[in-house]
Amino acid sequence: MSTVADVIRTRNDEASGALIGYLPVGFPSLDASVDAAVALVENGVDIVELGLPYSDPVMDGLTIQRATQTALRNGFRLRHVFEAVERIRARVDAPLLVMTYWNPVVQYGVERFATDLQNAGGAGLITPDLIPDEAAEWMAASQSHDLDRVFLAAPSSSDARMKQAVDSSRGFVYAVSTMGITGARDDVDKAARSVVSRLREAGSTSACVGLGISTPDQVADVLSYADGAIVGSRLVAALEQGGVAEVAAVAAELSAGTRR
Amino acid sequence: MKLREQVGPYFGEFGGRFVPESLIAALDELDAAYQAARVDPAFAAELAELHRSYTGRPSIITEARRFSEHAGGARIILKREDLNHTGSHKINNVLGQALLAKRLGKTRIIAETGAGQHGVASATAAALFGLECVVYMGEVDTERQALNVARMKLLGAEVVPVTVGSRTLKDAINEALRDWVANVENTHYLLGTVAGPHPFPTMVRDFHSVIGVEAREQVLALTGRLPDAVVACVGGGSNAMGIFHAFLDDESVRLVGNEAAGDGVDTQFHAATITKGRPGVLHGAKSLMLQDDDGQTMESHSISAGLDYPGVGPEHAWLASIGRAEYRPVTDAQAMDALRLLSRTEGIIPAIETAHALHGALELGRELGPEGIVLVSLSGRGDKDMETAARYFGLLDAAAEKSASGDHA
Repeated sequence: MSTVADVIRTRNDEASGALIGYLPVGFPSLDASVDAAVALVENGVDIVELGLPYSDPVMDGLTIQRATQTALRNGFRLRHVFEAVERIRARVDAPLLVMTYWNPVVQYGVERFATDLQNAGGAGLITPDLIPDEAAEWMAASQSHDLDRVFLAAPSSSDARMKQAVDSSRGFVYAVSTMGITGARDDVDKAARSVVSRLREAGSTSACVGLGISTPDQVADVLSYADGAIVGSRLVAALEQGGVAEVAAVAAELSAGTRR
Repeated sequence: MKLREQVGPYFGEFGGRFVPESLIAALDELDAAYQAARVDPAFAAELAELHRSYTGRPSIITEARRFSEHAGGARIILKREDLNHTGSHKINNVLGQALLAKRLGKTRIIAETGAGQHGVASATAAALFGLECVVYMGEVDTERQALNVARMKLLGAEVVPVTVGSRTLKDAINEALRDWVANVENTHYLLGTVAGPHPFPTMVRDFHSVIGVEAREQVLALTGRLPDAVVACVGGGSNAMGIFHAFLDDESVRLVGNEAAGDGVDTQFHAATITKGRPGVLHGAKSLMLQDDDGQTMESHSISAGLDYPGVGPEHAWLASIGRAEYRPVTDAQAMDALRLLSRTEGIIPAIETAHALHGALELGRELGPEGIVLVSLSGRGDKDMETAARYFGLLDAAAEKSASGDHA
């Protein structure tokens, strides 16, 4: 049973939808990243997406690249992800998804990664460079460890691929708002609305929009048609500039966007 | 099934498409266009005519008699891709992909480059076809290959120095992929090697396979038999796949790839991916790569910018895994010695990348003895490397030293 899907459903009943916040593990330090993730939840973020720093992040813009490279320079190791999940879960009750490029999982061992993530209390994985076509091993491991699988759907995806994303995902489907990489944008592409409606036609009851969302207005706008709004770079920039206090303040502002 | 008939997306366990969903439609579109083009006589004719009247194909072979004396007396035959327009084999693939880009209605091409050879070839094709061209190049490489940066700019391309990560070829590929995700509608990513997601490894190999097809006939005509060994340098592995492919099912022919061993494969400073790497996913494909225990890509090191890459094409990983091809490391020092030797015995200054294969040919010749025939892919010329070579061999006088800038390798 997916707690992520439950939270999204509950937030759609109580408010206009769920707020999903991204921060990388180990930035600026392991302790501070744990404190920052806790602050997200305490300030209205419903689901936390923990980024796993990786040497070759092709989906990420400069803000997240800078943060994850700093984490790597400061000695980030894969085991810190499980430690972070455990420590955050001990302090707040919100589902934690790990967002990771695929190679670190392959090297750790897909089955071993799933085991350790489940034991730490993690909810599942978001996999930006793993498409369902290549995911047989992860489908099996996530199934046996009761973990969520979040695959991406893009404006350029065919109808058949939309359907495949919906059928393969558990928790939610990540609707990519625009043809591009992570980073704040002035207007979240209207393509997002079309991706969500096409996902609905393909049977999705849980479509969340990410890429480019950085203001409470954008959160409110996205939640008028989607089930969740994903914010990343804006939160990372806040952490970089003003530490945990600033992340808390920005999260509180953004979460106001879910109540309109 | 013959080895030559492998068309991906997988070569054994290697290959595939490990990319963001946003790129899948573009890869599907490219694959469909390529499948149509590869059986279209009009496409083949157009490419062949370009190669005849623009690239300068077929490239000749040259028997290196004085060089052979240092190779145990074995006959060393050079396939002269250095004589192609733009100075390396890279143009073979670039013209093929540029024609495809036009068929797809793309108006902009982007490319990554390490040594600058692929960037120059891409900028050249863009000029020829009237396409906008942006080349991503690691900042470290823009410094050590300043001459090629100037060539690309003169040809009308924009060169973007990549300042993130290790600031070399692997980061240039990351940046090109980011650009492609955002601009895929009007942009073709003209990937320069046999790596990346399907269909790139197959398509790039096919466009370079002309090297081996020509050389196989030329060696047969010259010597009356097939060579005992075919040698090429391997970074991503495009010139090697190009010359190997025609020989894959000739069991008597040994296929040898020479990887950059930098300071030595037992140091931390090398780029010997097949010798020292493990299976993993990098730049859209499962292959062998240099990585730490956590799967973080390690920085590679080589005096040659074009071989300074911690990954390798999936078909090479497969050929190594089934034992059809062997891959041997060659250090910076061995390569530079071979570069000087070819210059002084044959009057041919090779690229530093190519010099790795020349060292490999010396080793193989000594193993085979006077009866042996070794075919070497002379993949590029050394003009772009003169500053590095001049510094390495101490050939610059004090005044020239002062005016030379940039390269401290």
